[in-house]
Amino acid sequence: MRLRGAYGLMFAYDFMRSAFMAAFFVSAVCGPVGWFLVLRGQGFASHALSHVGFAGAAAALLVGQPAFTGFGASAVLSGVAMGLAGERLMGRDVTIGLVLSLAMGLGALCLHFLTRSAGAATSLLFGDILGIAHATLWWLAGLTAVCLAALGLMARPLLFASLQPDVAEAKGVSLRVLDILFLALVALATAECAQITGALLVFTLMIAPAAAALRLGLAPVAGMAAAAGLALVESWAGLALSWQSGFPAVFWIAALGCGACAAAFGLARALGR
Amino acid sequence: MTQPPALQASGLSVMRQGRLVLDSVSFSVPAGSFVGVLGGNGAGKTTLFRAILGLEAASHGTICIEGHPAGQKGGHAGRAGIGYMPQLRRLVAGQLSGWHMVAAALGGGRPGLPWYGRAARARVDAALDAVDARGLAHRPLAALSGGERQRLLLAQALLDDPRILLLDEPLASLDPARMRETARRIYDLARARGLTVLMSTHDINPLQGFMDHVLYLAHGKALLGPVEEVMTTSALSALYGAPVEVIHAQGRVFVVAEGGGDTLHSCDCAGHMA
Repeated sequence: MRLRGAYGLMFAYDFMRSAFMAAFFVSAVCGPVGWFLVLRGQGFASHALSHVGFAGAAAALLVGQPAFTGFGASAVLSGVAMGLAGERLMGRDVTIGLVLSLAMGLGALCLHFLTRSAGAATSLLFGDILGIAHATLWWLAGLTAVCLAALGLMARPLLFASLQPDVAEAKGVSLRVLDILFLALVALATAECAQITGALLVFTLMIAPAAAALRLGLAPVAGMAAAAGLALVESWAGLALSWQSGFPAVFWIAALGCGACAAAFGLARALGR
Repeated sequence: MTQPPALQASGLSVMRQGRLVLDSVSFSVPAGSFVGVLGGNGAGKTTLFRAILGLEAASHGTICIEGHPAGQKGGHAGRAGIGYMPQLRRLVAGQLSGWHMVAAALGGGRPGLPWYGRAARARVDAALDAVDARGLAHRPLAALSGGERQRLLLAQALLDDPRILLLDEPLASLDPARMRETARRIYDLARARGLTVLMSTHDINPLQGFMDHVLYLAHGKALLGPVEEVMTTSALSALYGAPVEVIHAQGRVFVVAEGGGDTLHSCDCAGHMA
């Protein structure tokens, strides 16, 4: 009884209700988008885009704009650039690493000129799920609707192109256009995700649930739904645990993500898959 | 009325990365024939298939599919009747089941979710049954051997009920017994459904007895004809523009460069001897 009371109190606070709603919108997008990222072996694309997004967010704060806008705009631009560069990026790990370091460095420089830099740095890098404003919540809801609609339209050709690029191309699917659209979608999902997990921990909601769903051998639509569901459970449980323990929610989300992934891998092995 | 040829190339030239891979090639594949496409590495087998599919632009010449001129690069009109099985590549999405890999090609270009109704599922199952792959389709791709994955790719090529099959090296990565078994499977399918098959291979021998035509590619040129006319010392020497010997031994055919000269790529010899 006391426990239920303690958790019941959680929803008495506006910032907690906002946090739970934000986690819902973010999970709904990160699950399916992450499913395709893991399927295509592009997991690190979301990591790279979040680094560039961090620089954009810091620059936006410096000129008095919302961090979310800066993050989204810079991530989408670099996502489209990655799509245009296509296979030329293959095997360029040093170049990619240098560009990402430069982005982080520029982000640090922007924060240096910002007066309230310490708090901003922490929330950009590790997220600020308890500080979600109402306006941001509306943005998240709108972006989630747009992203899910776009994914709903492109999921079928994207799956075909990911599995059998030559055959898909022969059937008239434009691989280049799909690449660019998908990376733009990843950028938007990353921007949403960073609101909760920060730039550094995008992997926890984007990749971990999707990897677990895929390892279980679920069919495409079921796998995407399971990834979204798992992301939702992990982020809500992370919030509840954070409420109870006082530890940051991102810590719990990261820990739960790794735990769920390990459990899925163990289960799949036990089932002989 | 006689049936138009399944495929007809007239003066077809294709450049790739600044190199003339096919140089004014002309041939005509009769409908319903089983053609072995031969030639060394880089002779243009894959390029020819890609040109037929509209994935490579022809710098000169035309391709007719079932009597209709096929459009230029990027045009897919008139190509709906072609089933394509590309060379085996690096495995992606090994976690997914073989069934879903095959199903992804069913209406794969249409917008929407990869969701399959009863009719769609029946079509996927029928294609899998045609290659005896129903039993292995529920396993994840990563747990399948190269030969098993190739069988699934063949099922995928059959999904849209094609009239022409382009199979790029379907025998690669198989042991000799499996090569023969796979060639027979494809032959039986083609006979039962009246398909025209173009099948590229390094080694002619597993196809012996199944092919009615050979399309031999060398130095940008092509020669199409019945096996016993193309696989001769005089015909291939003329095609290569250098002395080449065709040797029959123990019911097998070998193509050898005379005197071990550099008229053939080493892979030509090794491939045909294999």
